[in-house]
Amino acid sequence: MSISPDANKPASDQALFDVERIRRDFPLLTATVHGRPLVYFDNAATSQKPSVVIEAERHYYQTENANVHRGVHALSERATAEYEEVRRLVARFLNAESEREIIFVRGATEAINLVASSFGRMAVKAGDEILVTAMEHHSNIVPWQLLCGEKGATLRVVPMNDAGEVLLDEYERLLTPKTRLVALAHVSNALGTVNPVRRMIEAAHRSGIPVLLDGAQAVPHLRVDVRELDCDFYVLSSHKLFGPTGVGVLYGRERLLDAMPPYQGGGDMIRSVTFEKTTFNELPYKFEAGTPNIAGTIAFGEAIRYVSALPWPAVMAHEDALLREATIALGTINGTRIIGTAAEKVGVLSFLMDGIHPHDIGTILDQYGVAVRTGHHCAQPVMDRYGIPATARASFAFYNTREEISVFADALKRVKEVFG
Amino acid sequence: MADLQALYQEIILDHNKNPRNFRVLPDADRVVDAYNPLCGDHYTLYVRLDGDRIADVTFQGSGCAISKASASVMSTVLKGKSIADAQKIFEVFHQLVRGEFKGERDLEHLGKIAAFAGVSEFPTRVKCAILAWHAVRGAVSANEQTVTTE
Repeated sequence: MSISPDANKPASDQALFDVERIRRDFPLLTATVHGRPLVYFDNAATSQKPSVVIEAERHYYQTENANVHRGVHALSERATAEYEEVRRLVARFLNAESEREIIFVRGATEAINLVASSFGRMAVKAGDEILVTAMEHHSNIVPWQLLCGEKGATLRVVPMNDAGEVLLDEYERLLTPKTRLVALAHVSNALGTVNPVRRMIEAAHRSGIPVLLDGAQAVPHLRVDVRELDCDFYVLSSHKLFGPTGVGVLYGRERLLDAMPPYQGGGDMIRSVTFEKTTFNELPYKFEAGTPNIAGTIAFGEAIRYVSALPWPAVMAHEDALLREATIALGTINGTRIIGTAAEKVGVLSFLMDGIHPHDIGTILDQYGVAVRTGHHCAQPVMDRYGIPATARASFAFYNTREEISVFADALKRVKEVFG
Repeated sequence: MADLQALYQEIILDHNKNPRNFRVLPDADRVVDAYNPLCGDHYTLYVRLDGDRIADVTFQGSGCAISKASASVMSTVLKGKSIADAQKIFEVFHQLVRGEFKGERDLEHLGKIAAFAGVSEFPTRVKCAILAWHAVRGAVSANEQTVTTE
C-alpha cells in the first residue's frame, strides 16, 4: 500500500482489472452533476452501490418480506435463512472462527458504542485507562469519553508524527497495568494512514490488553483476516463497503462476547422473560435486540459477495496507482499541501491550497462534477494536531479511474484561477 | 461556469483577500464569537456602540471566502448605522442570500451586499454568508456571547 512505485507488483494486475467493466455495475457512476460527468471522490464518506445490492433490497421487499427468528411460516423461514446466511458470509469474509462472533448492528459507530457500553460495564472501573490514537474518528473517541466519564476512568491518546504515523515507542509506553482496552483505527479516515495494527496488537496482548480495531475505512481497501490480525474486536459499516446504510458488523472474540453483558434489551435477545427474571439468548442474538435491518443485511450480503469476487491484488494495484497519480497531480499545482503522508496509506488524499479555504475548493470542484469532502472529517483532534480548521479530501474506490484524476487536477487548477 | 462567477464575485474575492476592519477592537462594547462547527469557520466580532449607533465593527478569525468576505463587507456597511437601520440591513441580507428578496430587481441601491445574491444558488453556502451577520445581530440586540448558525 506504499505510494512509491513497487517493482514487485506483477504487470498483469492492471490487465486483470477492467475498471470500465466494473463501473457498469454501479448505476450512479453514470450520473451527471451540473452538466458534467460525476467524479465521485467521496468514498471515505460513503461508497456507491452496485446493481446487485440495489436489486437485493427491492427483491427482498417484493418477494420475501417477513420478520426473522419468529414465524413458522414459509416467508419468515426464508427471511431468517437469508439473514443468517449473511452472517456466515461475514464470518468467512473476516475469517472469524464462528458466526457466533458476528453481531449485526447499525454501523461501525454502534458497534463501538456496543463494546464501550457492554465491555465497559464489565471490565472498566475508576482509575482504569482506555487507549486510543491521535487519528481516531469521533466515533472512536466519544463512546470512550462517555464511558470514562461514567466510570472515573481516563482516556489516553497515542501521539503521531507529522506524516500521520502512530509513534510506536509512545504507544508501548502508554500500555500500562491500568490499560483495559486499546481502540484504534485500522485505517485513518482523515489521513489514509494504515496503522501497523499487527504489531500494535502483539504489544497490547503481551500485557493481556484486548484491542478493538475500527475497520470502517480499511475493509473497502484491504482484505482483513481477524484471526491473522489476532484482534479482539473488529467493527465495520456496510455502507462504506458498497452495501446499504444502516447495517454494520461487530466481530468479537467469542470468549469476550460470552462474558459481556447485553447491550440493549428487547425482543430476540432473550431466551425467557418474566417480570422477575430474564434469561438472555445465546450468541450472537444476545446483542441483537429488536427487529434488525433485514433487507439491508441481505443486500449487504450481496455487497460482500461482490467485493469477495473481485481480483484483489489487481484492485489494490489499481487503487495504489490512483493514489500515486493523484499525489503527483497535486504536487504539480503550486501552493498545495498534502495532510497525511504516511509510508503506508490507502487512497485518501487530504489536502490544503494556500490561501483558499477547503469549503471554497469543495464548491468549485462540485461545479466541475467532482465530489470531495471538505471539513474536519469527524476528526477534529486530527485537524488540531496539524493546526488547521479543515481539509479538502479526495478518497478513491476501485471504480475510480485515472481519467477522473485528470478531471480533478484540471478542476483544482480552476480553483487557483478563481482565487487568482 | 456562470454560477461560479455569480458566487465568487470580484467584491467577494477582494474582501476575502484583503478583509477590511480585520483587527481587534480594544474598546469594543460587544465581543461575540461566530462559529460554524460543520466547516470550522470561526470569527470573533467586535462592536463599539455610541448610544443607539454602531460606531465601529471589526473582526478576526478564519474561514472560507464567503464567510470572510461577508464579515468584511458587513463591517464596512454597518459602521455608523443606527441599530434600527442595521436591523433592516440584516433582514435584507438574509432575504438576499436565501433567494427570498422581494425588493426591486435592480440591486444597485443595496451596494456591496448585492454581491452576495449569488449565494442563494448554493444552499450549502448560505450559512457561510450569514455567520458573521447573525453574530453581530445577536450582539447588538441581546447579550449572546457565542453564535453558531447550526
